[in-house]
Amino acid sequence: MIPAVSIRGLEKVFPRVQALRGVDLEIGQGEFFALLGPNGAGKTTLISILAGLARATAGKAEVMGHDVVRDYRQARRQLGVVPQELVFDPFFTVREALLFQAGYFGLRRDDAWIDELLAHLGLTDKADTNMRRLSGGMKRRVLVAQALVHRPPVIVLDEPTAGVDVELRQSLWAFIRQLNAQGHTILLTTHYLEEAQTLCQRVAMLKEGRIVALDSTANLLRARYERRLELELEGDLPAFLQPRLKGREGARYLLDLPDYADLEGILAGLRQAGVGVRDLSVGQPDLEDVFIKVMREAAP
Amino acid sequence: MIGFWTLFKKEILRFWKVLLQTVAAPILTAFLYLLIFSHVLEAHVQVYPGVGYTAFLMPGLVMMSLLQNAFANSSSSLIQSKITGNIVFVLLPPLSYMEFFLAYMLAALVRGLVIGAGVLVVGLFFTEMQLRHPLWILAFALVSGTVFACVGMVAGIWAEKFDHLAGVQNFAIMPLTFLSGVFYSIHSLPAFWQGVSHFNPVFYMIDGFRYGFFGVADVDPWLGLAVVAPTALASSLLTLWMLRSGYKLRH
Repeated sequence: MIPAVSIRGLEKVFPRVQALRGVDLEIGQGEFFALLGPNGAGKTTLISILAGLARATAGKAEVMGHDVVRDYRQARRQLGVVPQELVFDPFFTVREALLFQAGYFGLRRDDAWIDELLAHLGLTDKADTNMRRLSGGMKRRVLVAQALVHRPPVIVLDEPTAGVDVELRQSLWAFIRQLNAQGHTILLTTHYLEEAQTLCQRVAMLKEGRIVALDSTANLLRARYERRLELELEGDLPAFLQPRLKGREGARYLLDLPDYADLEGILAGLRQAGVGVRDLSVGQPDLEDVFIKVMREAAP
Repeated sequence: MIGFWTLFKKEILRFWKVLLQTVAAPILTAFLYLLIFSHVLEAHVQVYPGVGYTAFLMPGLVMMSLLQNAFANSSSSLIQSKITGNIVFVLLPPLSYMEFFLAYMLAALVRGLVIGAGVLVVGLFFTEMQLRHPLWILAFALVSGTVFACVGMVAGIWAEKFDHLAGVQNFAIMPLTFLSGVFYSIHSLPAFWQGVSHFNPVFYMIDGFRYGFFGVADVDPWLGLAVVAPTALASSLLTLWMLRSGYKLRH
């Protein structure tokens, strides 16, 4: 099957900075994929090249098998982009903006689909409101609708939930999940790592224009996450647990717990030593911790 | 084709929705020129025999309004979209650079023509107009409007802020249109400035346009067309080249 997104040897040099330094990446059809990285890592540059908003210095990019430069018309038909900036055209209403967007993609007027989009995004009663009069969250929803108006198989969301309230975030993800379940490929960049963790099957981490981690979310968590056991004890930490000690705050100890199976031995040892346990918790795998670790370890 | 039509329609609606500033205001400005100049100069100046000054002034004013507004439409649309960022809505779709060019250029031309026609209608309250060669009138309106619609696109793409655009408007467009014989025949100028005027393409636009009304002008309309038509072609090619290369639009 043709990959939804295929990127090879992608480089981008701006006058003062090299944004991408040889990126290779393949995203399969139907994947829910996260592109993570600190500000300035090159996420938006990569998306811009895919969308034809920027031109690569070297390397090539394809969307559903169509080269984004040579075969730009086909490539752009396959791609829906929700831009990061909250942009809008102040001259028009929500419906007009969507009708224009569909027209730019060469589509005849399709009010049924536009009504469906408006309904899914909770915009039905704003359809005839001027874009200027919408709140930030509403404008964001319109941007999503504009990206979907031509029913693209590949959808790119560049930080779609930045500055968006919880309710909209929830309904937005429910809708995007539904699209993914229908077979749409989703490429997401976000600073909210818990979103990436719960939504995305696979993750790429970008640092200074290079991919420094690329794996399934589950693998990344398994391989990179350092599990911790937090104990509040009624006495001092027994000697046999000293090698595991990672931190201490009063009677609370933070212990290394690479394997759940160790837990039984630890508790048995404590009982034997006569040290009571007042409180116990095991940290859950967290993509944010993995992200910080990867970013710290990755060679500059 | 749907892509082109949609963008063209959007560009027309963009100025149509703010008709007061984009169409009524320039017609009012032209009306004021007519009011003042016809009142002050009608009795004193006669450029061509049998043609009153107000009648002489009319084609120049019509053409000047047409050109300035064709320029204003394409340039302001592009710079506004660039600065607010909503230019992405037309950069993301699979519009070809030719569709992009034609939509912006023709919409700007339409605004120029609408305002030109409006000024002409207003002028008819002041003076009677002859219409000797309507085809020349139409030809010069279309070809000259094309030049300024293209120059507007070039300026709009090139400019990074409103200041840049104001610079082009104040230091290029205004002098070129004012020093082109809108208000006078260049034969009334000193020899040196007459010579300089011959390097101003706007002079040929207005002179040829005027020929269409009165059947007399400073130079032969064919010579005018031989200057203006290649200018239109060159400015179109420059605009197309900029769009194709993605200059300042696709980084």
